[in-house]
Formats: sequence, structure tokens, C-alpha cells
Amino acid sequence: MAYIVRVNMTEGTVKFEEVPAKYRTLGGRALTSRIVYDEVPATCHPLGPNNKVVFAPGIVTGTSAPSSGRISVGGKSPLTGGIKEANAGTPAAQSLAKMGVKAIIVEGRPREKGQFFLLRLNKDGGSLEPAGDLVGLGLYDFARRVKERYGDVDFAVTGPAGERFLSMAGVCFNDKDDRPSRYAGRGGLGAVMGAKGLKGIVIDSSGAPGVQVADPDLFKAGQRKLVEALREHGVTKPGGTLNAYGTAALINVLNEAGGLPTRNFSAGRFEGAGKIAGETIAEIISRRKGQGATGHACHPGCIIQCSNIWARPDGSEHVSCLEYESVWALGANCGIDDIDAVAELIWICNDTGLDTIEAGVTLGVAMEAGLIKFGDAQGAINLLKECAKGTPLGYIIGHGAAFTGRAFGVTRVPAVKGQGMPAYEPRAVKGIGITYMTSTMGADHTAGYTIAPEILSVGGKADPLSPVGKAEMSRDFQATTAFIDSSGYCLFTTFALLDIPTGMEGMVETVNGVLGTAWTTEDVVRVGKDILKQERSFNEAAGLGKAHDRPPEFMRYEPLPPHNSVYDVPDEELDKVFGEM
Amino acid sequence: MSTLKVDVRLYATLSKYSPAGGESRSFTMEVERGTTLAQLYEILRIPPGEIKQAFINGRRVEEDYVLQDKDEIGVFPPVAGG
Ligand code: SF4
Repeated sequence: MAYIVRVNMTEGTVKFEEVPAKYRTLGGRALTSRIVYDEVPATCHPLGPNNKVVFAPGIVTGTSAPSSGRISVGGKSPLTGGIKEANAGTPAAQSLAKMGVKAIIVEGRPREKGQFFLLRLNKDGGSLEPAGDLVGLGLYDFARRVKERYGDVDFAVTGPAGERFLSMAGVCFNDKDDRPSRYAGRGGLGAVMGAKGLKGIVIDSSGAPGVQVADPDLFKAGQRKLVEALREHGVTKPGGTLNAYGTAALINVLNEAGGLPTRNFSAGRFEGAGKIAGETIAEIISRRKGQGATGHACHPGCIIQCSNIWARPDGSEHVSCLEYESVWALGANCGIDDIDAVAELIWICNDTGLDTIEAGVTLGVAMEAGLIKFGDAQGAINLLKECAKGTPLGYIIGHGAAFTGRAFGVTRVPAVKGQGMPAYEPRAVKGIGITYMTSTMGADHTAGYTIAPEILSVGGKADPLSPVGKAEMSRDFQATTAFIDSSGYCLFTTFALLDIPTGMEGMVETVNGVLGTAWTTEDVVRVGKDILKQERSFNEAAGLGKAHDRPPEFMRYEPLPPHNSVYDVPDEELDKVFGEM
Repeated sequence: MSTLKVDVRLYATLSKYSPAGGESRSFTMEVERGTTLAQLYEILRIPPGEIKQAFINGRRVEEDYVLQDKDEIGVFPPVAGG
């Protein structure tokens, strides 16, 4: 039986509730966004008692469906002031699903200031216990401590950044080898956890009954089609580029296309790109031998396995994982081409509980402000460490790019709705810009990854520099993504699903198999649109409207080399995304 | 002269077709005027099935593109991420 865990931090209670009928076919993002819409007053303070933080595994998560160990975390974002869903791939997602946990809703806040608790869940129930001795620890120490104390468990945790309510604090989950490395990073939901006095959740799934599947035959048929598609597509197959080089293989493509944001979005090409590219990362990992690895999976059952483990020159493990976004943010965007320094910056983010994207964009803005120089790796390391120390400078940086820009009077701040932009230059890739500007989440590439047709020639082909037809494209991608984020599948499965129709069919069949629904592939966009509309109406009630769906002004007048293009998508076009939904 | 020089970069799994050999993915080569991108692939002996796309001077081009002097060519197998 599936149930909802309601945790009240004011009362110190953990209750198990029946799943209301209206939530029965929801999972992942659809469920977190719906609960936030239903239960969180849109105008509440994100760090106050009336915000909530909601965790929900996807619909097929915990089953044998491939690459489906995803969990969504939702709430009102301290960074954007709007609704937020951030998701991660982690065995914690699979454990919760197998235990029948449809969602965890955390509400209220401790009566006494500065108190932190750990939520413990197992097959017999849940309890809150004081977590005082775990507060202030770096997350690598936290992970060690949890293992010693509780044995083979999964966890969700907020780091020292979240304990201080910093807006760039992410929610961290364990990977399959218990590293604190898988992040629902974006939007500051780690700070919401911190403000609730919830240090972490420890999940012991032993004896869990497993996910109920309504139609096992349909599920199995769908699963087979999906596995075939993933094994066939050049990007997702074993030994394919994601598996062999990791996501950072994108560095060279975006650099060739002139769309790799460099030195705080002042150029579209980085002369040091080759030194931090996925190919180079894979080469160095294999050369150094030791504990480094490519083709790592964030959770058991992923057949794509896009992640990696970085080793130091002596072969000892340094950090997992060197993702495209992280390497770009803390590398090219800061003018840093020393990949070991980038790895160290990622380690600091993992240990402190920071979103690597927001951290890198913020460092870029700090460099623009002259706090340190572009390319100064040691300076960046020192500056980022301030966040864990809780110095005044750490508090400024820790609130992200937009806040840092305001503190230091910087006008070139690449952010939308207060959230720093990911690794694609809107002036060189017009469609992803539309997603950044109009997403309910603030600047977010995963919300509608038009990079696939614009840059990668996956799921069709479109000219990245042309704005024509991009509103429709972004809208369709945003809707499809909202569905995928609810299903529990990793977004990377879509590279195969977009090109192989039977794969898409299989994906929908597995969802139907679990839920007993009869959705078709056409329903994917419709269901996705419903999710987006609800998120949008929360945002409107929170005070975010059309005027917030705009590029940062400098992109309208500063041409970006090498194409020397500005962001020329008209406002009317941006308004079409939701206006015609 | 009827030849021109182009810079070529072969990425990811295609680097093994680089005449420079080993890890050097970037090289300059001389081709005859009028050579198309498809012909360049033939000269480099890259099996067509392994190529996904190419950018020349920052623009994605098709295989019938006729090479120009000093073109900067980046060739890719299927690549994605996010
Ligand atoms: S493709 Fe990568 S991110 Fe997605 S589930 Fe697999 S390992 Fe995790």
C-alpha cells in the first residue's frame, strides 16, 4: 500500500496518511508541484513556517524500469520566489518507492531556533530524532557518520549551506556507493530543509514490499521496448558517448557552436575548452588508473551510466562526478582550465551542500565584480570555502548570482527569476533561451532541453541562431519534460525516445503498467501541460508574471562573440509559450 | 593554386581517425578547391555511419558544403548530455 508521510516539525510528529484519490496517478514532479500548489500559500516566505518541502519518487521508480531511480524535491524556492522542483538520481528514490512512500511532506518548523532533526524511516514507521551532532559537518563526514551509525541506508541531507539558509543550497542524496554526490541542486531547496530544522532523512528499506504494478504484462512489454531503444541509440547505448565520455562531452560541441558561456557570459568560446572537455576527462581518468572510472551509474538499474569518478594524479579518489554543467560552471564560466582545480571546486560544493551551477555562475559574477580575477582557481577555491565558514562574504556569495550581482553593482548577471543560467548561451542558442526565460523554475536547461535539436541534431534539427518557431519548440519540450520528471525516468532517456518512437511508446506503457492508466504517447504533452499550468498559476499568485519571463537586459544589447548575436527573440514570442498553452 | 588549407578537429570516438594519431585531435590539412565535407570524410576514411554532424566556423553544415580556405571544422559522433 502506498502512503504519504507527513512530518510536522513544529509538533515533532511523523504521520502516515492514505493517498488521496486526486494524487493517485501522480508521481515525481507532478506530485510535488500539486502538493505545493494545494498546501503552500503562494505568498509565504520560503524560509517561514508555511512553506513546505516535499519529496516524491517517480511513478515507475523502484521497479525494474531502466534508468528510473529519480526523486523530485519541491517547495517554494528561496532563490526564485516561485514554485520549484529539483530532481536527482539516487538509490534513495528507489528505496522510498519500494517502501510504498508516495511522498514525504515536511511542514512547520521547530519552536526552538537552531534545532535540527533527522527523520528516520523504515518499514515499521518513522521518527524524528535530534541531529545536533551532525550539524556543521561537511557532507563527506556526514555520510561516513551515517554509515557507521545506521549501516546500509540511503539518505537525503542538507549541508552547512542549507543549515545557514543560503539560497544556493541544494538537497544532497547518496549515490549507489554512498557518496554525498547526487543533487536536487537547483533553487535553494536545501535552505528550505534547513529552515524546517530537517537536517536529513535516513532511509532503511530492508523488508520493503516493492512497488505495486497494476498490469505486469503491459509493464514488461513497455520495459522491453524502452531497453531496446536505449541500447540502440548512439548517445545512450553501452559504449555510446554518454557512457564513454560522460555529459562533459558537450563542452567541445558547445564550444564549436559558439554557445559555451565563458567568463561570466562574455564570450561563446573558451580557449581552454579542450583541457576540461569530456574526452580529456576520460583520457586522464584512464591514464591515472587507480580509483577513477567512467561509465558510473548514480543508482542501480541505469543502463546509460553517464557519470564518472575523478581520481587525483596518484590515483586516489577525488570526487564524483564531473558533469558537463559542473565543469562548465566552475571551469569555462570562471575562465578556469585546470581540471583538477575544477574537481576540487565540485568537491567543495558536494561537501558544503551547494548547487554547482549556481556556485559557478556566482563565482563568475564575483569575478566580474573584481573580487578575484577570471582564471584564478585558488581564489575561486578560497572564495567558495567562505560559504561553509559563515563569514559575511560567504553569506553574500551563498545567496547566488543575482544577490551577489546586487551586492557588488554588477549589471552583467546571467539569471532569470533570480536563478543563474546553465551552460548554454541564449544568444547563440535561441530556443534554450526561451526555456530559460519562460520556465516556471527560473533559468533551467532541464525544463525544456531544446539543445537536442538545436545543437545535437537529436529529435530533429533546428538552427540554433534563428528564433523562428522556437516558442512552440520550447513549449513542447517543457511539457514533455514535465511528464518525464513525473514518470521517474532520467531525462537522458529522452535522447533515445525522441528518435525512436517505440521507445517513447514503451515509456508510456511502463507508466500505464504501474498505474493502470491508459495514456497514449499523445497524452504525454497534454499531461505535461497540465503540470506546467498549475506551476504557472502558483507563480502568478506569488507575483511572478510575464515581466519575469525576460532575458537579463545585457543580452539584448551586448553582442556575443563569435557570432556577435544578441538575444533577439521578441517579448511577444516569449509570451506565446504560456499564452498559447 | 588549386588547394586550400583547413583546420580539422575530430571529437570523441572520431579522434582515432586523426592522421596526427594518438591524442592529438586537431590538425591542419590541404585539400583541393571544390572539396565537399563528404569528400573530406572519405579522405580521412571515417565510416559515414559514425558521423553525426559537423560545425564549420561555428555553424552546423550539411555534407554537401564546399570547403573554403581556413575553414575550422569540428566533426562529431552522436553526443549528448545536459
Ligand atoms: S543516465 Fe546518468 S544521470 Fe541518468 S540515471 Fe543514469 S547515471 Fe544517473
